[in-house]
Amino acid sequence: MKHTLIIVLVSLFFGLSACSTTSEQSVYAQMGGQQKVEEVVDNFITEIEFDPVIYEYFKDSNIDRFREKLIEHVCHLTGGPCEYTGDTMVQVHTGMDITETDFNRGVDLFINAMDKAQISHPIQNKVLAILAKTRKEMLYI
Amino acid sequence: MTQKISSMSYYLGFIFALCSSLVSAQDGKLIGTAGLVQLEGSGGGGIVPWATLAGYDSRDQISVSAVATQVDVDDYRLNVLGISASFYDRVEVSVAQHRFDLKGAGVDIKQNIYGVKYRVYGDVVYSDWPQISVGAQHKVLEDEGIASAVGADKTGSGTDFYIAATKVHLGAIAGYNAVWNLTARATKANEMGLLGYGGIKNDNYEVMLEASAGILFSRHFAVGVEYRQKPDNLGLGEDDWKDLFVTYIPSKDFSITLAWADLGKIAGADGQDGLYLSFNGQLW
Repeated sequence: MKHTLIIVLVSLFFGLSACSTTSEQSVYAQMGGQQKVEEVVDNFITEIEFDPVIYEYFKDSNIDRFREKLIEHVCHLTGGPCEYTGDTMVQVHTGMDITETDFNRGVDLFINAMDKAQISHPIQNKVLAILAKTRKEMLYI
Repeated sequence: MTQKISSMSYYLGFIFALCSSLVSAQDGKLIGTAGLVQLEGSGGGGIVPWATLAGYDSRDQISVSAVATQVDVDDYRLNVLGISASFYDRVEVSVAQHRFDLKGAGVDIKQNIYGVKYRVYGDVVYSDWPQISVGAQHKVLEDEGIASAVGADKTGSGTDFYIAATKVHLGAIAGYNAVWNLTARATKANEMGLLGYGGIKNDNYEVMLEASAGILFSRHFAVGVEYRQKPDNLGLGEDDWKDLFVTYIPSKDFSITLAWADLGKIAGADGQDGLYLSFNGQLW
């Protein structure tokens, strides 16, 4: 019984992992390309505008530039045909002293933005897995 | 059956009352990534303590959670009430009470468990390596008669020590988030301490392995399996435990877990399996 359970579990994990790795399309393409990236970023900006905590970080920002650079960045990181021309994540976030709490709140807003753009749950997770790598370049600096 | 329903609704009421009496719970983590509260009151899965700390506190916050769990198998019923506090996503302290009913005999065993856990490394979602925590569960038996009758070496109290590693992999399985946990526990406890510590076959600490794995099918719905190795100090054929669980997480403040638990042989009675139902609420 115990071995059956473990075998079922392990096969489930590796079996399902295998089917995710065989897909060759970029996450950018799976999201729905440039149009969806722009829609998500626009929704994200709206979410920020209505969130008093996160808005604090952006109140002196040039929103047009933020929009343009974030679209480039998401497109680039998810494997789309874009070049990121903005500053490094460390440069952008130095001095903002973003707390872990607020970072995670920002992630919740980004998830809301993807929900509103009707990005499916599995694709959302793939996007988050890519963007999560930039977290350490954003916190407490 | 009626008794079962009434005791569950009592627990449900308990949690809802506590939840509604306090507001503004912490929300510094992604939904679903705070884990649950396991049988002995520590942050975990259902039967296994994890490296996660109960509650959605980030490193800037404090959170308080409560849990009510009932496991109802053929000849026994375990009721657990617990409360825990997590400080800055670093230290968790917990208290839980077990009431273990021996259905046929009409008696119960009470046990209190005091837990502490320290997060040594990592973030379950964001760090490259798994989150690692170490912890202890100090168990004090209020009713020592049955432990003594089944031949426990020590009946008053005992302490388990564990180290746990837990990791969430974002989008890992066909885009769904996956979580796994591995725990090593040094213990002398018989049936979690309900039957005392040590016995005729063994009265030394032994290291037991425990594991969990799950998939989050949405931000609000997870399924998984768990396995908990157990010692057989009393020579009564104490079995390893396993469960298959489904968790519904409507918000960061509340979750419900329903599981099928297979607890094997307990104090000589074979084939103890049945339902595990747990309500987990974040109060602050």
